[in-house]
Amino acid sequence: MNQTVTRRSATDLDWDRVRRWGIYAGLTMAFLSSIGMVENLDKRIIVDPILSLGFLALLWVPVAFGYAATYEEAKEGMAAPEKGERDLVGGLVTGLIGGLFFVAFIAIADAVDLRGVFPRIGPALIDLLTFDRGVAIGSLLWLVISGLLGMFGGLLHVLPDRVRRAVTNALAAVFLVALVEIAVVDIFESLRLTVISDWIYAKNGGVTIAGAVVIAALAALSSVRSEGDAVVRFRTRYATMEGDERKRFNLIAGAVAVVLAVVLPMILGGLTNELLANVGLFLLMALGLNLVVGYAGLLDLGYVAFFAVGAYTTAILTSPLSPKWTPMLTLDFFSIEGWVVMVVVVAVAALSGLVVGTPVIRLRGDYLAIVTLGFGEIVRILFLSDWLAPAFGGAQGIRNIPAAVAGPVEINGTKPQTIFYVVVVFVGIAIYVAWRLYHSRIGRAWAALREDEDVAEAMGVETTKMKLLAFITGAILASFGGMIFAVKVGSVFPSSFKLIVSIIVLVIVIVGGMGSIPGVVVGSLVLIGILGGPTQPGLLAEFGEFKLLIYGALLVFMMLRRPEGLWPSVQRQRELHQEEILQDAWLKAEAADEEGKR
Amino acid sequence: MTTTAERADFRFNWVDSFLLALRIAAIFVVVWGTVGALALGFVGEGLSGSAWKDLIVAGLAQGSMYGLIALGYSMVYGVLGFINFAHGEVFMAGAMVGFFVADYFFTSGLWVSNFIIAILIVLVVAVATSTFTAVLIEKVAYRPLRNSPRLIPLITSIGVSFFLQNAVLGLVGPAVKTYPQAPTWLSQKISVLGLQIEGTKLLVIVIAVVSMIGLWLFVERTKTGRAMRAVAEDKEIAALMGIDVDRTIVTTFAVGGAMAGVAGILWALLFRGVSFITGFLPGIKAFTAAVLGGIGNLVGAMAGGVLLGLFESLGPNVVLRGLRWEIPFGLGIAALAAGIAVAVLAWRRGRVSVASLAGALIMLGVAGIGQWSIVIPGLTQLKDVVAFSALVLVLIFKPSGLFGEQLADEDRA
Amino acid sequence: MHLLEITGLTKSFGGLQALGGVDFHIDELEIVSVIGPNGAGKTTFFNTISGLVVPDEGRIVFEDEDIAGLEPSEITRRGIARTFQNVRLFPDMTILENVMVAQHCRTETGVWGALFNTPTFRNEERAIEERAKDILGFFGTRLTGYRFRQPAYVLSYANRRRLEIARAMGTMPRLLLLDEPTAGMNPKETAELTGLIRKLRDEKGFTIVVIEHEMRVVRDVSDRVVVLDHGVKIAEGSYDDVSSNPDVIEAYLGRPAEEGA
Ligand SMILES: Nc1ncnc2c1ncn2[C@@H]1O[C@H](COP(=O)(O)OP(=O)(O)OP(=O)(O)O)[C@@H](O)[C@H]1O
Ligand SMILES: [Mg+2]
Repeated sequence: MNQTVTRRSATDLDWDRVRRWGIYAGLTMAFLSSIGMVENLDKRIIVDPILSLGFLALLWVPVAFGYAATYEEAKEGMAAPEKGERDLVGGLVTGLIGGLFFVAFIAIADAVDLRGVFPRIGPALIDLLTFDRGVAIGSLLWLVISGLLGMFGGLLHVLPDRVRRAVTNALAAVFLVALVEIAVVDIFESLRLTVISDWIYAKNGGVTIAGAVVIAALAALSSVRSEGDAVVRFRTRYATMEGDERKRFNLIAGAVAVVLAVVLPMILGGLTNELLANVGLFLLMALGLNLVVGYAGLLDLGYVAFFAVGAYTTAILTSPLSPKWTPMLTLDFFSIEGWVVMVVVVAVAALSGLVVGTPVIRLRGDYLAIVTLGFGEIVRILFLSDWLAPAFGGAQGIRNIPAAVAGPVEINGTKPQTIFYVVVVFVGIAIYVAWRLYHSRIGRAWAALREDEDVAEAMGVETTKMKLLAFITGAILASFGGMIFAVKVGSVFPSSFKLIVSIIVLVIVIVGGMGSIPGVVVGSLVLIGILGGPTQPGLLAEFGEFKLLIYGALLVFMMLRRPEGLWPSVQRQRELHQEEILQDAWLKAEAADEEGKR
Repeated sequence: MTTTAERADFRFNWVDSFLLALRIAAIFVVVWGTVGALALGFVGEGLSGSAWKDLIVAGLAQGSMYGLIALGYSMVYGVLGFINFAHGEVFMAGAMVGFFVADYFFTSGLWVSNFIIAILIVLVVAVATSTFTAVLIEKVAYRPLRNSPRLIPLITSIGVSFFLQNAVLGLVGPAVKTYPQAPTWLSQKISVLGLQIEGTKLLVIVIAVVSMIGLWLFVERTKTGRAMRAVAEDKEIAALMGIDVDRTIVTTFAVGGAMAGVAGILWALLFRGVSFITGFLPGIKAFTAAVLGGIGNLVGAMAGGVLLGLFESLGPNVVLRGLRWEIPFGLGIAALAAGIAVAVLAWRRGRVSVASLAGALIMLGVAGIGQWSIVIPGLTQLKDVVAFSALVLVLIFKPSGLFGEQLADEDRA
Repeated sequence: MHLLEITGLTKSFGGLQALGGVDFHIDELEIVSVIGPNGAGKTTFFNTISGLVVPDEGRIVFEDEDIAGLEPSEITRRGIARTFQNVRLFPDMTILENVMVAQHCRTETGVWGALFNTPTFRNEERAIEERAKDILGFFGTRLTGYRFRQPAYVLSYANRRRLEIARAMGTMPRLLLLDEPTAGMNPKETAELTGLIRKLRDEKGFTIVVIEHEMRVVRDVSDRVVVLDHGVKIAEGSYDDVSSNPDVIEAYLGRPAEEGA
């Protein structure tokens, strides 16, 4: 450590901040309990007898808030903030204050019947929160637990990087393994390796203690051996790759993805396949929206309308129960008939993209967002209305959409594998389209109009045309999503096309990274894979009713903390690392000058 | 723009043509429907006179509620330049917490024995809740985002909105909470200015007007109000003049929240039912009202709210119902002739207003000659379509509002 | 026949008349300076020519066609390009991309070409890149080499101005409108840019209108000088004529006190 830093005593803390974060921690825990999270998620076990998801939903709080309360930013040009006992004390106190508030909550909930207002705060919750040992002992336990966890949060600052990484990775690995339980059991069953999965996972769900220890040890070991954060390192490398190298890497990654996409569904069971199909469906939409929002900079909140258009068009073209028109075509990907269906879907989507896009593209960005939202809702209500029910079936929608066909294979929702394959093909197409367009004259025009619309126009970019093109391409990709969705579910009805779908797709794009294809892939995997779509469960199916709450919180959190997303696009990476790049530029300029002199 | 010259404001390109067509269609539908409703009423098939008046009163009452919510959107947009999408939830929070207090008063008997005191306390609680919520949102979510591009706080506010909705859902459950019935003396009709007004609606309008006047006095007459206007004009200069910008912005959110809280109680009086989703639609509608009145313009927001309320109340029942009416053949011919005449005489000038007039007349003519008649079943289902269409049309055709925007320069364009 | 001929150009913002009936013309391969005190309407003059602002009245005839009221991109396509007084680059795009995107209106492969990576598309992309590098090479080594792949915001102020000119050149115009190209430059850079403006005309064959405050630059580059004040043309002629014109001196130094009231 720096010699000149005067040692600060263990109590030399920003007490105000500690108190504040402590209170936040207590309130957060109380809130999470009051909405029923602890109770509902208690059924899902993480580590067999000792930890359920419900308690995990509480226990992260003191850790995170203890960490936050003692976090000190390393300022440019200043001595790094000194770490030591004071962090432990800070974390501990934060945890204790949080615990105190939480205990007060438990006590009040026990003394007063709050069920009239908060239906979830009942005796069952109290019993759960006090470990069935009465309020007194339960409270004491919570104080201890919360204090210790808060201290652990503070400790994270003190540990050397390597150790900290080992600890966090070990914890994360255990959680992750518990998370993907369904998928892993699925795979191991089809590989006939149930011995291993039986050993890792307990009978009633969750990792066994022995399994957890081994996983944690493995994760810790592997991270101790590696340097720095692998993900971050990889991402920075990817961002700095030059043309050819990146192309090669993309090709390899693409090939791996294709192989995985072909092989995975074979070894996965129905549930996991279903899940992946959902991920793919949302990925398809997110890729489309990414084109509109990420590339062209148009915030479209009515994106679900195009999804609906695709689904309804498919339903009308194929279902025998379509109330008005019944061409009853078969969506056979290997025959003319199937192509007719697809061409019509594309045409209708493009047309609706044009119709929605034209009136809005002159609007300023935020008004555009609200108007598209309005359009999205209008479309849904019209599909729902009695007025248009003779054509679209009203609230019942259109049922009996037959399976799609590819050669001898029938594709429908009862065989999620087949859906998954179809989704993969279309995702592939979407990625290809987005990637090609981005690296073309059109992509450059989009980038320019996103950065400064007036100047782009003045430099000869037909901004209206380019915006419409983005709208239409996005609409077409979403309509493919709708088409597959219709086939998968076998029926379409208006309640599948609520605003929330648009919002979730937007969250995917933002969490992943606007304008970044890998980001969007990661975003859909993480969000839809774990939390699930608006009605589709993810790996943490128990989160069901809290999903939207989490999506909302996530959106806010990302905007405040990481607006560029998990895997930022190269351009946004540039925005973020302006300083480094500036420095770099300066060095290069020096070097070039030297060369010039010689 | 002061276009004194002959220059056309219409260009023959795809976007302008499309917008013109949309405008013509909108004018055509509204004119046909309105005239139709009047004509149907004349022959005794349409709404009776008292039904008309009831719709107008209902529109006024709802509209003044929208106006109060719209104030919050308008003030925040005026000062910070972004759409606070979560404002609808601020309104809902007030109505929701108000319910529990009202419910308590009902069981304890105060609601029945002394309704005025009870409702005043409920009002105070609702206002306090909404104010607190609005200020909290500003502190947690928006303050760190000052000066970031406009879309960033908008996206954040969408997140806040969903978070709040679902937090309330988690806390109090999905069921619709119904406010206790207001005492019977309040639901009797009172005659004011020739209109038979239900007591509740009168109360709603009175509360709204009083709040509006209070707000106006606050903004125009107090030091804090002046500070708010200064910050809305230019944040940096206001700061240089010694105004505490942060505090002023908090005040803006607080005042907007308070008005939303009042609106929450008006909602309770009008509709009684409150649930976690209650904030969404009124929020969107109030935003429309704010834009319609000219965003940043407080009197405009209130006026926009009333207009929108009237439109929403009359729209489905009058305009859409009136589409049943077949335009008499002769009238159709006349409209067509007039339309063509206008088109021929003035088309060359390339004015959008003239072209849309001509277009609408021609459409009316075609409808009359073709004896069109559109019967729409389930009109109430389309209530929200009317509201959203109003939103879309206002934002597309009149984004600067009827009474003028009042925005800082940097937020324009 | 003039390359650009403007008659009676008028534009008001609210009550403020920024342009009050300006007549102007420029011939092929001429360099004309537009000068005038702050707020005289010079930038508005450029904005109306380039279509960012639609004039209230007046004709702007470029190569025999009235372009007043066309979309800016249409005007650019017809061969007029500009720079901005307050440098408006695409900061997060690379230097090369900034010039490449300017060729948008000179290229045409669309969605199909890009999707199927057709030979036309590839050739065009290569041509675009070559041309962009070529244009950037015009400014010496400042914007070349490792600079190609750097985002535009890393550039120094003077280099940003150069890049903006390069971007305007990317649209392959006949007429270049430069709005205060030397603002914020030091004397050495200013002198260099003066030479460059002449080179743009002599070597690249652009016709140039330049707005300038720096009188040395005006003297050195212009064939003709036009003076605007309060949106009205108050003088026109050679630098020497204009600089000794009493109206011009008055516009710059303010009216004598007794007349001002
Ligand atoms: N978009 C606009 N809206 C309102 N007023 C404007 C607008 N653009 C320019 N003006 C006004 O028109 C007048 C002329 O402005 P302009 O920018 O053309 O002057 P200028 O000669 O370029 O001045 P400078 O030397 O400072 O660049 C100014 O008073 C300015 O405030
Ligand atoms: Mg200027």
